[in-house]
Amino acid sequence: MSQELTGAQIMCEALIREGVEVMFGIPGGAIMPFYFAMWEYRDRLRHVLCRHEQGAGHAAEGYARSTGRIGVCIGTSGPGVTNLVTPVADAMMDSTPLLAICGQVGSHVLGKDAFQETDITGITMPITKHNYLVKNASELAYVFKEAIYIATTGRPGPVLIDITKDAMQKSCVPNWDRKLDLPGYKPTYQPNRKQLREALKLLRQARKPLIIAGNGVIMAGAHAELRHFAERLRLPVITTLHGIGAFPEEHPLSLGMPGMHGWVHCNRAIQECDVLFNIGGRFDDRVTGKASTFAPNAKVIHVDIDPSEIGKNVKVDVPIVADARMALQALLDELPVKEELADLHAHASDWMEYIRELQDKHQGKQQYINRAAVQNMALPPHDVYAALNRHIAERGNIIVVTDVGQHQMWAAQLLDWNAGPRSHITSGGAATMGFSVPAALGVAIAHPDKTVWVVCGDGGFQMTNQEMATIIQEGIKNIKVAVINNGYLGMVRQWQELFENKRYSGTPLSGPNFAKLAEAYYWKGMTVEHTNQVQAAIEEAQATNGPVLIDFRVEREVNVFPMVPQNASIGDMITENSGA
Amino acid sequence: MKKHTIVALVQDQPGVLSRVIGLIRRRGYNIESLAVGHSEQPSISRLTIVVESTQVEQVVKQLYRLIEVIKVSDVTDDPTVEREMVLLKLHAPISVRHEIVAMCGVFDAKIVDVGSSTMIIEMSGTPSKVQNFIDTIRSYGIKEMMRTGRIAMVRGSRGHNADQYVESGNGATAPVAN
Ligand SMILES: Cc1ncc(C[n+]2csc(CCOP(=O)(O)OP(=O)(O)O)c2C)c(N)n1
Ligand SMILES: [Mg+2]
Repeated sequence: MSQELTGAQIMCEALIREGVEVMFGIPGGAIMPFYFAMWEYRDRLRHVLCRHEQGAGHAAEGYARSTGRIGVCIGTSGPGVTNLVTPVADAMMDSTPLLAICGQVGSHVLGKDAFQETDITGITMPITKHNYLVKNASELAYVFKEAIYIATTGRPGPVLIDITKDAMQKSCVPNWDRKLDLPGYKPTYQPNRKQLREALKLLRQARKPLIIAGNGVIMAGAHAELRHFAERLRLPVITTLHGIGAFPEEHPLSLGMPGMHGWVHCNRAIQECDVLFNIGGRFDDRVTGKASTFAPNAKVIHVDIDPSEIGKNVKVDVPIVADARMALQALLDELPVKEELADLHAHASDWMEYIRELQDKHQGKQQYINRAAVQNMALPPHDVYAALNRHIAERGNIIVVTDVGQHQMWAAQLLDWNAGPRSHITSGGAATMGFSVPAALGVAIAHPDKTVWVVCGDGGFQMTNQEMATIIQEGIKNIKVAVINNGYLGMVRQWQELFENKRYSGTPLSGPNFAKLAEAYYWKGMTVEHTNQVQAAIEEAQATNGPVLIDFRVEREVNVFPMVPQNASIGDMITENSGA
Repeated sequence: MKKHTIVALVQDQPGVLSRVIGLIRRRGYNIESLAVGHSEQPSISRLTIVVESTQVEQVVKQLYRLIEVIKVSDVTDDPTVEREMVLLKLHAPISVRHEIVAMCGVFDAKIVDVGSSTMIIEMSGTPSKVQNFIDTIRSYGIKEMMRTGRIAMVRGSRGHNADQYVESGNGATAPVAN
């Protein structure tokens, strides 16, 4: 193609070349040339007009996390792009491939405090994998290609491109053929064989081996390999918050979630194991508790695609820098025949039996859902999850998006996660309240054939619920929102109850009538106040051909247990009986 | 806290210095000195950073996360040649000039400017020798001083050759920790 195009046209062409189909954004002065050009590409490049740039960013994240493809969001210079800062930071923390396209003032006034100018590349330097300031139309073809390559390869992450208005308006003949030249960026995908053998040696000699699986397994599409590997060695598997979906919970080797609100048996298994094989998790402090007391008896094998994660929080004995799937594949190739694993199998089976005994002794999922403490409440939050479980099991084809707080931890703990990778979408590393409704918008667009259930707190819901209008305008029908309405910023209130003598400073929270609010947005709205209405409401929501919100007015002061207090060892959990 | 000398090769792009410094700042470490300039390759700049830190290995690994950072190493315990340069403007009335000239002779320093009551002296050497010189000459009255910060190069065939990272594309990946 030797035709002259405007910079903005080049941007559209570049996105189409990279397989982008949807973008989420809001226009404004500096980005207008892009919107002008977008119009002629609208059949191939769908633009979803959001109500707030934060919503656009989270929607792009939802799209990316549920597909593994790049999510694209757009904002105009100044407040438009500063509104994108939160989702960009969120994407950084959770390694989400996100492209933020930002309009910037004209290059001739750059740095002169022009109208709506902000230094967004300066602001986002520490929260992007990489960012660019583009002042010439001739650079755009290359920069877009490079940016999407960087965002989606290695450890994925957000990349931001700030483009001056004149660079979008000027014309040139784009050069699509320029080869990527990134001498400082060569992600390591293939594992080092020597380290692999070292890891296998450790595992074979283990008496109490344990796998922790994290987000890396899901991003690498390594769930099948993980399953083979665990089954061949018969190792118990723990899945972190972002590892949910990497290993089916109904599998006999699955233990569940570790960490601050993980199960006692998971944390105890970590504390007692002698070899810990972490695949694609980053030993976040919500997993490790006080890091110096974490897994004190374990030799640690850590597989991560990002070398800077290795040894960052936990001392590692065998580092393996690799893509999770390639590492597991290579490990499977190196496995000895079954007979040679007899010793390991014997030890692993004793160990598993021991962990299951621990599990029976401590409150696990079933006991937690059905416990007496909540039996006399009109609507314990747990009953909503129990009903959702029944619904998901019957219906299938559901993706759950959660927000941040107690309801999020209950979802991770209490729902039965058997639907495979990318069936659980949440904000983990940044824990961004307000993530869920806009993220669900992106998920629903990417998966029109599935139903997206949002589980959200009354606090987080009030941060971004304006995207209900976007959902209607886009004609999206497959979103159902369950607000777990406890009238508090519940997670903070829980800490105040447990550690600050119930000083509920800044946590009691009122809201509008959520069902009526939903109706005002042309959604269907329902209110549920009693346990015996829960199942019917969920089924009605599912049967409704359009977006539905259910306001579950749950018991107000219920806590998430078990719990590791901040900076404590994960071996010291507060359980329901020892706690409040 | 131990002082570490880090040598880095980076792509010569706007903002790259900001990224490198930002990453170190984020950890709360103080940069004692920083020298930047061209390497043997015009598209690649070379940095020497002196930083006080207990976890320099982690800093080095995180620097590799930056897309434009090509190679980084902590050369503190390697055999290196280290140099620093200083420009000093001294209070130098006629009466003491001969003493200053003699002192410069001892330290291999050059007098590069002479004013009516001042002299500018240029001196380079190992950072400790530069420090010695400054301490010795200080009594004459330093009116202005500028130190360049340390630059370092590993001795022998190992080191930070920038040529290999251009065109051929068989550049560095972050080292596998071991
Ligand atoms: C944007 C943002 N602000 C503040 C917080 C701190 N925070 C964490 S959980 C929480 C309470 C959430 O309340 P709600 O959405 O009602 O959920 P609940 O815990 O009650 O289920 C708060 C305020 C946060 N994570 N994100
Ligand atoms: Mg709440």
